[in-house]
Amino acid sequence: MSLKKVHDDQPNNFEFSGENLKRAEEILKKYPKENKKSAVMPFLYLAQKQNNNWIPLAAMKYIANFLSMPYISVYEVATFYTMYNLAPVGKHFVQVCTTTPCLIRGADKIVKLCKEKISPNENEISKSGNCSWMEVECLGACVSAPMIQINDNYYEDLDEKSTKEILDSLIKDKPLKPGSYRGRTNTSPEKKLIINGDKHA
Amino acid sequence: MLKKEDKIFKNLYNEFGWEIDSALKRDDWKNTKNIISKGRDWIINEIKISELRGRGGAGFSTGLKWSFAPKEVGSRPHYLVINADESEPGTCKDRDILRFEPQKLIEGCLIAGFAVNAHVCYIYIRGEYLNEGKRLQDAIDQAYKKKYLGKNACGSGWDFDIHIHYGAGAYICGEETALLESIEGNKGQPRLKPPFPALVGLYGCPTIVNNVETIAVVPTILRRGGKWFASIGKPKNTGTKIFCISGNVNSPCNVEEEMGISLKELIEKHAGGVVGGWDNLQAVIPGGSSMPLLPKKICDTITMDFDSLIENKSGLGTAGIVVINKDQDIVTCMARIARFYKHESCGQCTPCREGAGWMWRILDRVEKRKATFSDIDLLSDVTKQIEGHTICAFGEGSAWPVQGLLRHFRKEIESRCREDPLIKKKTNNPYLVDQHLLENKNA
Repeated sequence: MSLKKVHDDQPNNFEFSGENLKRAEEILKKYPKENKKSAVMPFLYLAQKQNNNWIPLAAMKYIANFLSMPYISVYEVATFYTMYNLAPVGKHFVQVCTTTPCLIRGADKIVKLCKEKISPNENEISKSGNCSWMEVECLGACVSAPMIQINDNYYEDLDEKSTKEILDSLIKDKPLKPGSYRGRTNTSPEKKLIINGDKHA
Repeated sequence: MLKKEDKIFKNLYNEFGWEIDSALKRDDWKNTKNIISKGRDWIINEIKISELRGRGGAGFSTGLKWSFAPKEVGSRPHYLVINADESEPGTCKDRDILRFEPQKLIEGCLIAGFAVNAHVCYIYIRGEYLNEGKRLQDAIDQAYKKKYLGKNACGSGWDFDIHIHYGAGAYICGEETALLESIEGNKGQPRLKPPFPALVGLYGCPTIVNNVETIAVVPTILRRGGKWFASIGKPKNTGTKIFCISGNVNSPCNVEEEMGISLKELIEKHAGGVVGGWDNLQAVIPGGSSMPLLPKKICDTITMDFDSLIENKSGLGTAGIVVINKDQDIVTCMARIARFYKHESCGQCTPCREGAGWMWRILDRVEKRKATFSDIDLLSDVTKQIEGHTICAFGEGSAWPVQGLLRHFRKEIESRCREDPLIKKKTNNPYLVDQHLLENKNA
C-alpha cells in the first residue's frame, strides 16, 4: 500500500475520445455481460493514456458511470494500484528499480544520477519540463540488473556511463533505444558458450 | 546436467524467433488434436505420473490441482486463469516465456482448459510487462489465424478463447485469490480460503489458477510422456526448471536446468561464478525474496529442489537465485527486502500491514547502527507475530527472510547493536501521572 496524492488542479470534465470509445467496447467483449466491472482496470489505463499519463478524478467519475458502479469503487482501484498516476508525470517517466537484486548491482548510483539530472525529488517534473522519476519496487528483470523503465520500455544492464547517456537523451527529448546496454542477447549468459537448443549464445 | 535434447524451452534467448512458424518447427502444436482426443482423465493422469509441481512458488502438484475441478460443468462455467504477475524480486523467468515461447503457453492453455472443462482463459500479466503482453497478444492472434484457438480449437471440437488482463503494479496480485479479485475489478486483496478457487473462484465459478511456466511445460510432457519428465531430476522433484541467477555473479542469466542440480554447479557453470570467487560468497537467496537466505556453509552442498531446500529451512519458491557476496552489506540487502514488503502489503490484515513496517524500521535502525540489543528480540518477536496470522501467504513471505537473517547472521546484527544506556534515570513515579510533565518543574 503506497501513499498516493491526488493532484490539486483537477479538470472539470473527462470523456473518452472516439477512438478510445471503440477500444472500450472491444474490452467489454472480453468479460461476461453481467461482470462489466472487470473492465475498470483496462479503462483506467485508457483514461491515463488519453490524459497525458495521469488520471483525473473526472475520469474516475466517467468510468464509474460507464460501468454503472459506485464512484468510490473506481477511486479505490485507482488508488490501490501503483501504476495509475493520480498527478501529472513527465513526458519521459523514469522508474528506477531499487529492490535488492538491482541494489546489489548498483541501483543507488542510478538514483543519484536521476537526482542530479532530472530533479532532486521524486515525482517532480524536471526544469526542462519533460522528465520525472521515481523509485519503484521490483520490475521483474533481475538478471538484467540494474535497470530502469522509461514509459513502457525497459533499459537493462546499465552502468553509470550508459545511464548518463540515456538521461541526457531524455532531456534533449530524443530517447535512446531500449534493451540491453551491454549488448547481450536477452537473458543469455555472456562471453561463455552454453548449450541451449542447437546454437551457442 | 541437463541434456540438450531434454530442454523444453529451446528458444529461451530468442535465437530462432518467436513467431508461430518458427515455433511450429520446434514441435509446438504437434499432435495437439491427438492429445486432446485421449480425454481429460488421460491428460490429468499423465500429469500426475510426471509429478509436475507448480512453478509459481508453492510447489503444489499440478495434476492434483486439476483433479479438484468439478468433473461435470454445472450451472456455472469453468475458468482457467494463468498467473503471469511475476513480481517476486529475483525472478524473471515468465517474462522470457511470454516474449520468446508464447506458443508453448498458448498450447498449454488449450490443453489445460480442456482438462478442467474451461472454455475461457484469462492471462493476468503484470502491468509493467506491457511489451511482453503485446507480444503475447500477437502470438494469440497468430494462433487464432491458424485456427488453433476459437471455435473448434485445433480441430479438437473444443471451443476455447484466451483474453489478456493487465495488472497495475501490485505484488499481492500474484496471490491467486487477490488475482481473481483484481480481474473482477476490485482492489487486489486476498480472499479467505476455503472455499478454494477450484470450487468458488472467478465470478464465483470453478477456477483453476496456474503459473506460466507450469502451463508452458504441459504440452511437451504430454508429447514425450509423463515418465520422461519424471526421469529428470529427483523423485518427487522432477523435471526441468528455469533458474534466474542474479546479483553478484559474473554473468547473470536465465537458464533451464534439471531440478536437484547443485547450487554451486549452477552458479559456476552457467553464471560464470561468484564475483571474487566462490570463497567470496556471503549468502544466497535461493527462491525469490520471500525465501530465507542460506549462508555459504549450506550453499557449498545444497541441491536446488523443493524438498532439500525445505530441509534447510528455506524453499525453492520461484527459483530466483540472488547471490550476495562479501562486498555487500547483508543487513542493507535484507532491510531493502523488508521495505519491499512494507510497500507491497495490501493492508487487509493488521499483523502484516503493521508488522512489515516494524520489521523495516528495526532493520533500518540496525543498518544505521542505532539499534539496541532488545531490538533483536523485538524483531524476532514481530516476525513470529506475523507468521501464520494473516489471510494469505504474504505474511510468511515477509517474515521468513527476516527470520533467515536472524538465524544465520545474528552475530553480524549483534555487532552493530549497542547496549541500552547503563545508567537509566530511576524514577518512582505513580503510574497514573503524565510522565512527560514530570520533567517540567513547574508542572
